Amino acid sequence: MSGAAAGAGAGVVAAAGGGAAGRWAQRVRYYAPAVIVFVGAIVAWELIVGALNLQKFILPKPTAIVAALNENLTSSRFNLLASAQATLVEALGGLAIGTVAGVVVAFATARWATARGVLLPLAIAANAVPIIAFAPILNNWFGLENPLSKMVMAAVLVFFPVMANVTRGLVQVDPAALELMRASAATEWQVLRKVRIPNALPYFFTAMKLATTLSLIGAIVAEYFGGASLVLGRVIVQSSSSLRFDVTWAAILLAAATGIVFYLAIVVIERFVIPWHASMRATESS
Amino acid sequence: MTGPDQQPIVRLSAVDKVFGRGGQPATTALEGIDLEIRRGEFVSLIGPSGCGKSTLLRVIGDLVPATRGDVVVNGKPAAKARRDRDYGIVFQAPVLFEWRSVEDNVKLPLEILGRPPAERAKRAREMLQLVELADFTRHYPYQLSGGMQQRVAIARALSIEPALLLMDEPFGALDEMTRERMNSEVLRIWERTGTTIVFVTHSIPEAVFLSSRVVVMSARPGRITKVIDIDLPRPRDLETRESRRYFELVTEVREALRAGGGLEGDDADGGGVASEERTLAEGAVG
Repeated sequence: MSGAAAGAGAGVVAAAGGGAAGRWAQRVRYYAPAVIVFVGAIVAWELIVGALNLQKFILPKPTAIVAALNENLTSSRFNLLASAQATLVEALGGLAIGTVAGVVVAFATARWATARGVLLPLAIAANAVPIIAFAPILNNWFGLENPLSKMVMAAVLVFFPVMANVTRGLVQVDPAALELMRASAATEWQVLRKVRIPNALPYFFTAMKLATTLSLIGAIVAEYFGGASLVLGRVIVQSSSSLRFDVTWAAILLAAATGIVFYLAIVVIERFVIPWHASMRATESS
Repeated sequence: MTGPDQQPIVRLSAVDKVFGRGGQPATTALEGIDLEIRRGEFVSLIGPSGCGKSTLLRVIGDLVPATRGDVVVNGKPAAKARRDRDYGIVFQAPVLFEWRSVEDNVKLPLEILGRPPAERAKRAREMLQLVELADFTRHYPYQLSGGMQQRVAIARALSIEPALLLMDEPFGALDEMTRERMNSEVLRIWERTGTTIVFVTHSIPEAVFLSSRVVVMSARPGRITKVIDIDLPRPRDLETRESRRYFELVTEVREALRAGGGLEGDDADGGGVASEERTLAEGAVG
């Protein structure tokens, strides 16, 4: 499996061709507009807040937010760095639990039609429920101070998209590919390993990109309802209730940065694991 | 005196195939099919859309079971022949796995068979040489043209050295120029390997150019209406396509198709068949 992936990487690199300089120029051209708009918005924010003389507790300037971040990175009251770290651990734990559970159930639903008949409607119904509303219940069940209660909240949110996507990837296989495997007298295990699992990988990564964000949302919202104080959710609640909105914004900034890094990590892994997939090729050539 | 080599490789006797179960009205796809294919023959199945020629190929390959009648392949029941990997198959779509390199796609049937890696590599190399893609082993399917992809599919089907090669409109999706080149290619491969080929097509020129015998079928229900011996000399090349005998045989097949269509009963059906016939006739001109 890993050998095939490595070979795949080599193939795509060779195929991409073109000079490295040309590729970089292309990349700069591609991202430049987004970067310009982003930087422009931050500058406008800074200038407008100054010009309108807005109160700090309504909307602090970006520079004030960065200052608050700097001051409280390791301060005893808010300790943003330790808080972000604790929240990340909860989110990662939830992501791991939810992903494993989602993948396991997906294999079961893909393998047994009866399981699919029972579980899929339930999963769809559960997906329509605002699961996040259960956070206080989970805090109660698994212990307010126990990070596990936050992990479980994150895991429940992660579970459904992973299960639904992976099931789809395992089931929605080109019928001709199955016919080919039948003509080759392949066992069901071989069909799973050589067709269904590779087919499900792009679906899995699509789900993982959703899941990283969901795991952070789950962890932070669960934290809102109480628990250990040095976590991003608690810092957000406590700083805002004491009108330290610059710290609130700094915590949100950290949460956003964590989410983006999290997402990018999945994108990088995806590129290594499924370089053959059409979505990878589209980004290569654009 | 009948040694194993004198036995037909495919023998169909009184084969019916009826689709549909439960409340749905049954469709008779094949009715009373009797056909013997000798070892080393190149036999084309031709007929209008819906005449069951692809179904007939799948019955031979045990991809769909016959409703009635006897299907003997390589001296054994079709199901046993499939489990023994006595045939290779090529579909209209190449059905290459996008996550596998060209070489790894060709190795697939050998992997399923559990052949040792060294043998797999050797066979894949030989087969890719045979289809003249030796320079593309590390490429990925999306980097190849449609004709090249289909050649990979042929290499894959031949990798297990099957006694029989089933081809289901393999060049139907290719443009006319590529198709003619692929026709010559397939003849070359057939002559090199000595494999028996059963070839489904709706192109009259293709059937005549390739075959030792053309089996003409009619629709609703699918029946064999005529079997035409193609006595064109071999090896066949561009001159063959321009010879007088070639045009005579094309005309003979076309008339057999028309006669088969003329047997149709009601008007609505008759009209449909007539228009399909026209398309077929135009194909012959090109």
